Amino acid sequence: MASEIASVPVSRAPDSTGVHSGSRWADRGFRLICLAAALSVGLLLVLVLLELIKGSHMAVAKFGWKFLVSRVWDQNTDQYGALAYIYGTVVSSIIALLIAVPLSVGTAIYLTDLAPTWLRQPLTSMIEMLAAVPSVIWGLWGIFVLVPVLRVHVYPFLQKWFGFLPLFQGPIYGVGLLTAGIIVAIMILPIVTSVSREVLRSVPNLQREAAYALGATRWEVTRIAVLSYARRGLFGAAVLGLGRALGETMAVTMLIGNAPYIGLSLFHPADTLASVIANQFGEASDLFLASLFALGLVLLGITVFINILAQIMIHTFTTKETRRVA
Amino acid sequence: MKSLLKKSSRLAVAAVFVLAACSQKSPVVSTAQAQLINGAGSSFDNPAFMLWKESYAKINPDAQINYQSVGSGAGIKQLLAQTVDFGASDAPMTDEQLSKASGKILHIPVVAGAVAITYNLPGDLKLKFDGPTLASIYLGEITKWNDPKIAALNSGVELPDTSIIVVHRSDASGTTFIFTDYLSAVSHDWATKAGKNTSVNWPTGVGGKGSEGVSGQVKQLPGSVGYVELAYATQNKMPVAELKNAEGKFVSPSPESVSKAMSTATIPDDFRFSMVNAPGDESYPIAGASWALLYQKQANARKGKAVVGFLKWCVTEGQKLSPKLDYAPLPDSVQQRAAKALDTVTY
Repeated sequence: MASEIASVPVSRAPDSTGVHSGSRWADRGFRLICLAAALSVGLLLVLVLLELIKGSHMAVAKFGWKFLVSRVWDQNTDQYGALAYIYGTVVSSIIALLIAVPLSVGTAIYLTDLAPTWLRQPLTSMIEMLAAVPSVIWGLWGIFVLVPVLRVHVYPFLQKWFGFLPLFQGPIYGVGLLTAGIIVAIMILPIVTSVSREVLRSVPNLQREAAYALGATRWEVTRIAVLSYARRGLFGAAVLGLGRALGETMAVTMLIGNAPYIGLSLFHPADTLASVIANQFGEASDLFLASLFALGLVLLGITVFINILAQIMIHTFTTKETRRVA
Repeated sequence: MKSLLKKSSRLAVAAVFVLAACSQKSPVVSTAQAQLINGAGSSFDNPAFMLWKESYAKINPDAQINYQSVGSGAGIKQLLAQTVDFGASDAPMTDEQLSKASGKILHIPVVAGAVAITYNLPGDLKLKFDGPTLASIYLGEITKWNDPKIAALNSGVELPDTSIIVVHRSDASGTTFIFTDYLSAVSHDWATKAGKNTSVNWPTGVGGKGSEGVSGQVKQLPGSVGYVELAYATQNKMPVAELKNAEGKFVSPSPESVSKAMSTATIPDDFRFSMVNAPGDESYPIAGASWALLYQKQANARKGKAVVGFLKWCVTEGQKLSPKLDYAPLPDSVQQRAAKALDTVTY
């Protein structure tokens, strides 16, 4: 027994002063391993970028910046342009934001200020469950449940009452920009809600108390003291949601109708950068493949930029006044 | 005492994992001679290869065949990179692709199937189409079901005044190749505007991923029309249209009408042929074959013999199983020629 205890390896954090040479190496080793892990994440991003640049070289050399503004995507004539897909990506993401952000901010306000304490944790967990649902399941649910409901009830209603707007004109397919926007809104709800909650929680109570002291009602306290204070952080949360929305692939490709489209009708099928890459990648070669890589580069550029912007905004907000554990 | 218990329980857990891993590694076949064959390619052939795999394993348990349905293009790519032992494609390899190969590649036809036109209309309507009308629909020129051109082909059928929703494939596919091959053959407009390829610039319509996606969309959208491999339409109990063939007769898609089309097609020695719009009264016009692709010079003798053995079985005995999956069995003459081509493989 005693020999076993003595032969236990020394790499455990010594509760003695640890002067063993073994433990010093162990500490160093541990630190190096952690450093390697952290660096490898950054390295991975750089490698992805390099691979995309390498793969898209042929397309970039042939089309140049015109790739970004050309609408043509034809395999037979080998002419490719990203404009229709950039349009689809941006529009479906904006629709998703317009639906998700008011819902999320409202939910976050409810969870931080208005909900009874016993309700807060269960409700938060339920919302986080939404994030646990895989993208492809959302796509399936969308096809079999959401699309029929939208096509039969919601869209004709919109077309009847708001048909004067070009947004709601045109034939109704069921799948399309608006449907994809709705499903992406559902998918980004959890993240925008949770970040908004953090932002609202970091508003100092002093602000709220001061507003109450001045005789404000509950809604006025929320509007004046909390929301206007947290405006920047909430904007950051929305931008983070946008970053996620831009990259959604599976659910979008099942619900957006897969047709390159630039126009005003929200009912019309369209296509996004991620969706067209997912669909066409398997069979592509040469210039076609290089063009898909170029689309990936465009998508990566947009997404990275948006995410960095969001991180900066949230960071400058939440660490300004309060010391929060990351 | 406590540490001893902890240590021995940890050892026990580790032992369980090691034993489990070991038991996974041991081959399913009892003999140590199991030969693993990898194939990849067309999803058109996928049902056939799955069925052939199982049946072949019963008579020859030494061969383990693994087939991935990744699409014709990916199958060709993998064959050129020599990461698989055989590929499968619905479109014959182009001269350009063949020139990239490190050796001569043989095309062996393994199945022939029909591309069915399916639709979603109220009432049990049986529709008839012809090539130019179909091309006009897919070009977006005909937009309503009760258009005079469609009504002319379907006298006596009550066509509704609804918009036609065109459904096509969003991913690259051999089924699209066969369909666009047909449209290019019957419509000069289509040949110039969209052409024939595994993926084209569709003038109109909604995309679905895979034949499953297209049949799913057609089932869900009233007033839609789409093209799918015949098996998907029959299994989903969806209506299929009759098509006017080159002789002017209306034919339904079925294994028999595809066989008839194949028997009248001219098949060159390298087996790269197209059989759309084939002559013959009973031929179905939108039919195509799918090929297994392999190198004529096999690098590994044992593996090569196993691949050839399997493919030979597929083109002869295996053809008896084809009708079960709504494929047309290869005519006898083609079977013999294919088997002879496989005999030319060297090791």
